Amino acid sequence: MTLTKNRNRRVSGAPRPARLGRLFTGLIFVFLYAPIFVMIVFSFNDAKSRTLWSGFTTRWYAELLEDTTILNSLYTTLSVAVLSALIATVVGTAAAIGIHVMRGPRRTVMLNLNNIPVVSPDIITGVSLRMLFVALLGFLAIFGLNFRLGFGTLLLSHITFCIPYVILSVLPKLSQMGKHIYEAALDLGATPRRALGRVVLPEILPGVISGALISFTLSIDDFLISYFTAGNTSQTLPMVVYAMTRKRLSPKINALSTLMFVSVLALLILINVFQARQDKKRRQGDTAKTRL
Amino acid sequence: MSRRLALPYAFWMALFVVAPLVIVLFYALTTEAGGFGLENFIKLQVYVPVFLRSLWLAFIATVLCLLIGYPAAYILSRETPSVQNSAILLMMLPMWMNFLLRTYAWMSILEDQGLINNLLRSLRLPALNMINTQGAVVLGMVYNYLPFMILPIFTIIQKIPPSMTEAAQDLGANSRRVFRRVVFPLSLPGVLSGVTMVFVPSVSTFVISKLLGGGKQLLLGDLIEMQFLGGAYNLHLGSMISIVMMLIVLAGIQIMNRFGSREEVALP
Repeated sequence: MTLTKNRNRRVSGAPRPARLGRLFTGLIFVFLYAPIFVMIVFSFNDAKSRTLWSGFTTRWYAELLEDTTILNSLYTTLSVAVLSALIATVVGTAAAIGIHVMRGPRRTVMLNLNNIPVVSPDIITGVSLRMLFVALLGFLAIFGLNFRLGFGTLLLSHITFCIPYVILSVLPKLSQMGKHIYEAALDLGATPRRALGRVVLPEILPGVISGALISFTLSIDDFLISYFTAGNTSQTLPMVVYAMTRKRLSPKINALSTLMFVSVLALLILINVFQARQDKKRRQGDTAKTRL
Repeated sequence: MSRRLALPYAFWMALFVVAPLVIVLFYALTTEAGGFGLENFIKLQVYVPVFLRSLWLAFIATVLCLLIGYPAAYILSRETPSVQNSAILLMMLPMWMNFLLRTYAWMSILEDQGLINNLLRSLRLPALNMINTQGAVVLGMVYNYLPFMILPIFTIIQKIPPSMTEAAQDLGANSRRVFRRVVFPLSLPGVLSGVTMVFVPSVSTFVISKLLGGGKQLLLGDLIEMQFLGGAYNLHLGSMISIVMMLIVLAGIQIMNRFGSREEVALP
């Protein structure tokens, strides 16, 4: 029975490599998700052990929500992410427009400099910014202005590593736009500022938005650069997580991971549903047009 | 649209991108005692083993990612679009969690009293020593950076127009030949960016080696962290290590780009 089944399948054109291939990709997904699954299961474990199961509990979640260090760091992370995404998007979009109209060596220099934070390892960016801040703060201290590494330096570093990504996502939109649109707006009597705001900006908006989103996620996710530039007055969530992993104790970290995983999952599903709905609308619009 | 709009950013870069590197370079070339020269560079010979270990482990991780990631990307590219979309989404999902949490999860799987060893013990099998080994560090790198290999390769294979492979088939190439002569050469730019995106963070990590290597497998990242924030506080030496690492990474990217541009075939 099984023999004929196998033979049938092979004849009917489901080639073996495809199934082997699916098995292979399936195994990759098992590899990617196994640790996450383990964390989720052990976030409900009623013991401090990370590996021995001893009953169901939700107390780690309760403790997590009362942990002021974690809540404060969450607040720091989110405010740095929002502020740096905002500032990086404004500065980066303006810079992208400026770079777009540049020609020759000036443009090359700008683009190469822009690439430095993108290609250099995060640890180098972190270390070099730390050196700059220490030097600058030392300089300010001469004038009796005593600042320390903290929220300010954290924010400045996040803006610095976010701007390049905004530029890289806005520039292609600018080249797609074609230069005549802006000139047409000027010919029709718009002031340069008005043409920029009413014609160019709407045209490149998708790039601006994706730049802002990239900045936001990069900022939330960053550990290395924050680790070197935040000092010890403000801590981001990844920094607190790092300190927790060094202590190797608390199952709270599993609870935190689970919450993060669930919120990311929810966000992705939401985005997908939203996109699917938009696609559907667009398709309906298209069919309506063809009917006309 | 005036180029003056880029002016604020030009100042920003001068202050926050160029100046920091100049400071690091300055520190690298000077010593605590006020000397100027390559003294710190000569001191680096003690750390040659660390450099070699870092490069070697990052190299192995990159090769493994390529060996696993390329077939995966290729198989994915032959699935239907809806399967592709969900697969890509599933692949991105773990990446959106902080990599510290992902690496931490492996600790509880690999450690001596961990899940794998508990399982082995319950089966009356001898326990394995997995945590704090080079293997664990490489595993952490592959786990964290594998999607960075798969995604660019997948994107570029998908962009290869079916007419190209069909033309090769019409001209009598079998599927193996089509892959070797058409698909693979056209996918090389994706491979190159994947390799960079895995190698650079692997060679500079200190978190993975701390968590999964237990501090016993010192890497370049650990070395730098120790000089700036840790016990071995020496800004001058740390700066020199950073500069050398940066040069190694840039040289690697340069070599790969040259190798890539020779092979590069313009896609329509």
